[in-house]
Amino acid sequence: MELFQWITEPFQYGFLTRALVVTLAAALVSAVLSCWLILMGWSLMGDAVSHAVLPGVALAYIVGLPFSLGAFAFGAGAVALIGFVRSTTKLKSDTVIGVVFTSMFAVGLIIVSATPSQVDLGHILFGNVLGVNDAELWQVLLLGALTLIVLLFKRRDLTLYAFDPVHAHAIGLSTRLLSALLLGLLALTVVVGLQAVGIILVVAMLITPGATAFLLTRKFTTMLAIAAGLAICSSIAGIYASYYFDISTGASVVVAQSLLFFCAYLFAPHTGMLMKSRHAAERP
Amino acid sequence: MTMRPAPTSTQAAIDVENLSVRYQETIALSSVNLRLEPGRICGLIGVNGSGKSSLFKALMGLVPPATGSVSLNGMSIRAARRQNAVTYVPQSEDVDWSFPLSVRDVVLMGRYGHMGPTRRPDAADLAAAEHALARVQLTELANRQIGQLSGGQKKRVFVARAIAQEASLLLLDEPFAGVDRTSETNIAGLLKELRNEQRTILVSTHDLGGVHDLCDEAVLLHQRVLAHGKPAEVLTNENLAQAFGAAATPADGQG
Repeated sequence: MELFQWITEPFQYGFLTRALVVTLAAALVSAVLSCWLILMGWSLMGDAVSHAVLPGVALAYIVGLPFSLGAFAFGAGAVALIGFVRSTTKLKSDTVIGVVFTSMFAVGLIIVSATPSQVDLGHILFGNVLGVNDAELWQVLLLGALTLIVLLFKRRDLTLYAFDPVHAHAIGLSTRLLSALLLGLLALTVVVGLQAVGIILVVAMLITPGATAFLLTRKFTTMLAIAAGLAICSSIAGIYASYYFDISTGASVVVAQSLLFFCAYLFAPHTGMLMKSRHAAERP
Repeated sequence: MTMRPAPTSTQAAIDVENLSVRYQETIALSSVNLRLEPGRICGLIGVNGSGKSSLFKALMGLVPPATGSVSLNGMSIRAARRQNAVTYVPQSEDVDWSFPLSVRDVVLMGRYGHMGPTRRPDAADLAAAEHALARVQLTELANRQIGQLSGGQKKRVFVARAIAQEASLLLLDEPFAGVDRTSETNIAGLLKELRNEQRTILVSTHDLGGVHDLCDEAVLLHQRVLAHGKPAEVLTNENLAQAFGAAATPADGQG
């Protein structure tokens, strides 16, 4: 019974139950999306979009709109701006991404500093999953479900686009549309993840589960399932850790994901570093 | 066996008129005219930077022409793409071989244009993929991840994808580069079979020796078409000196 009590104790508090639901939703959607992001080589794009939403979130709080509206507008805006600057200069992608997202992040900081009483910068940067209210909970659940449904419905087209955009084009698909769809879903996922872990760490949820799953399998559908499973386990572990050790919830979830990545890095059946060195040692 | 109608009554499979392609300041293709009848294998020959890849891209509508026009089977490129008429076999360097897909997954991608919005394969799609796998002799390796194949097997995966797509126009970028003898014979044999099914095949290649045996006609490209005709007429020392001698001077344009 002691174990049972240990398990149920955190959830006598409504706020922790809400925190778990929000974290699970955010981690799950991010993990599924991360499989495409890492195969596309778009990890930096995730970083960029998450930072670029800061002014949007700040303005939304000041005006009194739902935070997700502001975040999505600026996330999508950042993506469009990056695409525009990239296509009109000869600069490399990572340069353009770097310039755009730091600019937008800095503008966000200025907005926050100019209106200190209305916006809690700490909550935006590091998440405030224990303080989620019902309206925010529903925003996360609805946007998360929407993103997940679209991702799964279009998963084969997105995989084709990631693998071979020329073939996608040749059979009559619009690669521009698929790229826009994936970026739009990225912006939505960032919005969902903000509540759980904040702007800074949402990118971890957008990269790590997919990267871990990539080390563990050579099948894309399995990769999706593993990433989702890892995200769920990390969320639960993170919530318990934060309750019993009294530490940051979002950071605990991310550290749990990082530990799983590290384990896969060492012990993955084909690619793990330990397995590789053991094979090397066995060979004469 | 269907008889090929007289050329006058057929629609050209590929009809390129006065096509020029520019990347910023560099000229990749300049006033290219090229007409290919259906049911032909045409070798596309030229040095690196002679515009072979640009021509492929232009034929698929991936780069906008600076001048001129392209029509495929008498249609616009867009209409031809929509009808699954065009397929492209990429160079091996352009493929991410670590991508977590099996041989069968890639071949099934050839069927996507025939499937509904979620690209869920039906029995006919699965059968077409199996048939294509059998034709390239990869049935036993169908569940392998694509990176776990030899150079020749890798090429055959994409040829199988093209077969599964049932396109009438096949564009192959260096299908014989880095390929073992068995795969080369297999691929060349398949291309001839596909040609006999009235499909039109444009193959870029460095392998001049193979051109005589495989191709019905050859095009010598260096930004513009230097020669076009039967392989023996095109691959003369004089023409080759012109095409490959030009390579001694720095060629601009890309691949």
